[in-house]
Order: sequence, then C-alpha cells, then structure tokens
Amino acid sequence: MKKSISKLIFSLLLIFVSTINIFAENPTSKEEGFNPTPQILHHIADSYEWHLWGEGDQSVSIPLPVILYTEGNLDIFMSSEFHHGNSNVIKGDRVYKIDHHHIVEENNKEFINISITKNVASMILAVLILFFILRKTAISYKNKKEAPKGIQSFLEPLILFVRDDIIKSNIGPKYEKFTMFLMTVFFFILINNLLGLTPGAANVTGNISVTFVLSILTFIIITISANKGYWKHIVKPPGTPLPLLPIMIPIEIFGVFTKPFALMIRLFANITAGHIIIFSLISLIFVASNNGENVVAGWAVAPLSVMFVLFIFLIEILVAFLQAYIFTLLSAVFIGLAVKEEDH
Amino acid sequence: MEINGIAAIGAGLSAIGAGIGIGMIGGKALEAMARQPEHSGMIQTNMFIAAALVEGVALFGVVVALMQG
Repeated sequence: MKKSISKLIFSLLLIFVSTINIFAENPTSKEEGFNPTPQILHHIADSYEWHLWGEGDQSVSIPLPVILYTEGNLDIFMSSEFHHGNSNVIKGDRVYKIDHHHIVEENNKEFINISITKNVASMILAVLILFFILRKTAISYKNKKEAPKGIQSFLEPLILFVRDDIIKSNIGPKYEKFTMFLMTVFFFILINNLLGLTPGAANVTGNISVTFVLSILTFIIITISANKGYWKHIVKPPGTPLPLLPIMIPIEIFGVFTKPFALMIRLFANITAGHIIIFSLISLIFVASNNGENVVAGWAVAPLSVMFVLFIFLIEILVAFLQAYIFTLLSAVFIGLAVKEEDH
Repeated sequence: MEINGIAAIGAGLSAIGAGIGIGMIGGKALEAMARQPEHSGMIQTNMFIAAALVEGVALFGVVVALMQG
C-alpha cells in the first residue's frame, strides 16, 4: 500500500514537471525565462533598509538611519525618505540621491558615510547576543558551587576547546596575551555565520569589508608582537643555500601580506558562496514556474528544491563552525610563528 | 574577447582543483588514521589546516570569476 502510494506521487510529480515544456514555450516571440541573478545579488549585498518580505509596492522593510557627514554638517535621516530611489533628500544645501544602492550628493560634495546599514545593524545584534550569552556564562562560572547547567554547559567546552586546542597549542607559553583577541574573533565569526543562515538575515561575514577588517587586525597583531627571530627568518629563512636567497626574500616578504589576504578571501568566499548556492536552489522553483506563470511546474519542483536546500543548509552549518575554527586556527598559527622563541 | 559564461567555466575549473586537492588530503588523512588510531586527533587537526589552505586558493579563482561574470 505504502509503496504504491509513493509510486503514484512520484509519477504525478514527473508528469507535473513535464508541463514546463508545454506551457512556457512561446513560439512566436523569443522571451527569456525568469532571471534570478538580480534577486540573489540583492539578498547578498548590503542595503540601507532591512527588507523583510514583499515585492515592489507591497514590500515590508524596516528603514535604517542614514548618517552622512558633509563639509562640517552631520545629516541624520531615515532611509525611507529616499522612497526606494524615487526622491532626493534635501538637507540644507545638500541634495542626496540614491543611485544603484550608492548615495551620491548632487553637487559632488565629498561626504563620509557612517550610516547604520543592514550589516551594521546585524553586527550590533550579534554583539548584543554574544554579550548577554557570554556574560551569563561568565557569571555562572564564577559561582562555582554547583555543576554547570544551562548555557554554561554548552559554551564552556567550546571556550576551553578554543583556548587549549587552538590558542595554547599553537602559540606556546605566551598564549595569554592573545586569548582575548582570538576568542573574540572566533565567537564573532561563529555567531555572524550562524545568524546569516536565518531567514531575512544580513550577510555580514560574506561582506569583504568585514573580513578585511578582521584580517587587518590579525596582521597588526602579528606585526606588533613579532620578535626579532621572525624578521630574521623572513630575510634569511634558515637552511637556504646562498644562491637561493634573492628568490626567497621577495617570496617571504610577499608571504607576509598574502597570509592575512588569504584569511580574508577564504572567509568571504566560503560564506558568500554558501548563501549564493542556497538562494540559487530556491530560485529553481521560480525559474521552473517562470516567476509564477506555471504554477504546476513550480509545485512539482518545490519538493526537490527544498530537499537540496536542506542538505546544503546542513553543510552550511558545518561550514559556519569550520570557517570560524579555521580563521582562528590560522591566526593562532601565524601569531605563534611570530612569537616563537628560537632554540638554535 | 567577451564569451558569455566563461567566468562560470573558470569557477568550475577551480572547483575541480579544490575537489582533487581536498580529496587527496582527506584520503591520506584517513589512511594515516587507520594506521595509527591513537593519533587521530592530531591528524584530523592537520587535515583541517591543509584543507583550509587548499580551499583558500581555489576560492581565489571563484572570487575572480564572480568579479568578471
């Protein structure tokens, strides 16, 4: 009984999927199918309002404050005054216009844009979540009377794992100075990766500016805390024969910059690629149904698409943990190389 | 020379590189873990480091493809 029902459903779905060819083809005009690329790119990019749902006129979104500093004047207004790019905002003698998601000033005045965009608001939310969770863990850790329970029992093994396996084993005896930075980086990347997977979320760690800042901080910490042995190894890697030195020195100097650069690109590309894959698989439904025209084909493709998306979501949760781990691990390895005591 | 979709081919080629590289790393790591199960933790840690480095290089290709296409 069960087997014949599943066979029936499967064959019905197959028949429904075949309607894609029957309805969508229009022999008199050459029309393109639904192109999901602009929607996908819109979901990954930053924006001046937090778009929740809806399309065009019926879109529901939370406007965010736009803060601009132009020639000594601080202009603060809500991004809803732009009316989705239809109107200019006039403050005093400055006229602002939104053009392809960029704010331009009509008279070409230079301004500093420190608005609260979607990514900034999401980062503030992530920081607040982290602050309250970790504070609760720290308080319950201080009251050592009873066995850990609640959020402490979940986070304390994770914190100890980061401290022992990542920080202590890679940096060595002087690891305590760097614990603050590396712990912060680990939990910041982790919580932002996980938040980015929720519906309607902002793509924070998939924004190259955010990962750029994280890798610049790592670079600064490596450069400041490097001892003489580190610089000597760059100029003269131990064990290289003399004729190879002219090749090795530029490579080593280049390597000082490419290591943080690779940290930045790795995190950005992994998270953004994951989001693009999820959005593309969901867009399969819209491509199959040609944006709502062919409802039957849309419903047929939907179970397949959702199953794929579920599978990719599980992988993305793994990638969220893995990328936070890898960023922290590689930062710890580079810092460990910089502060390593030589015992020649 | 503007060929439509050549950025996607570039991204696919770099994905081949990533697949081969990480597959080899994983295979060697599994072999090593099978030979010496007591060192699995250390082998696993080093496998992740090597896999992340290989994947980083492959993602350079993906980023260039995204910028072009």
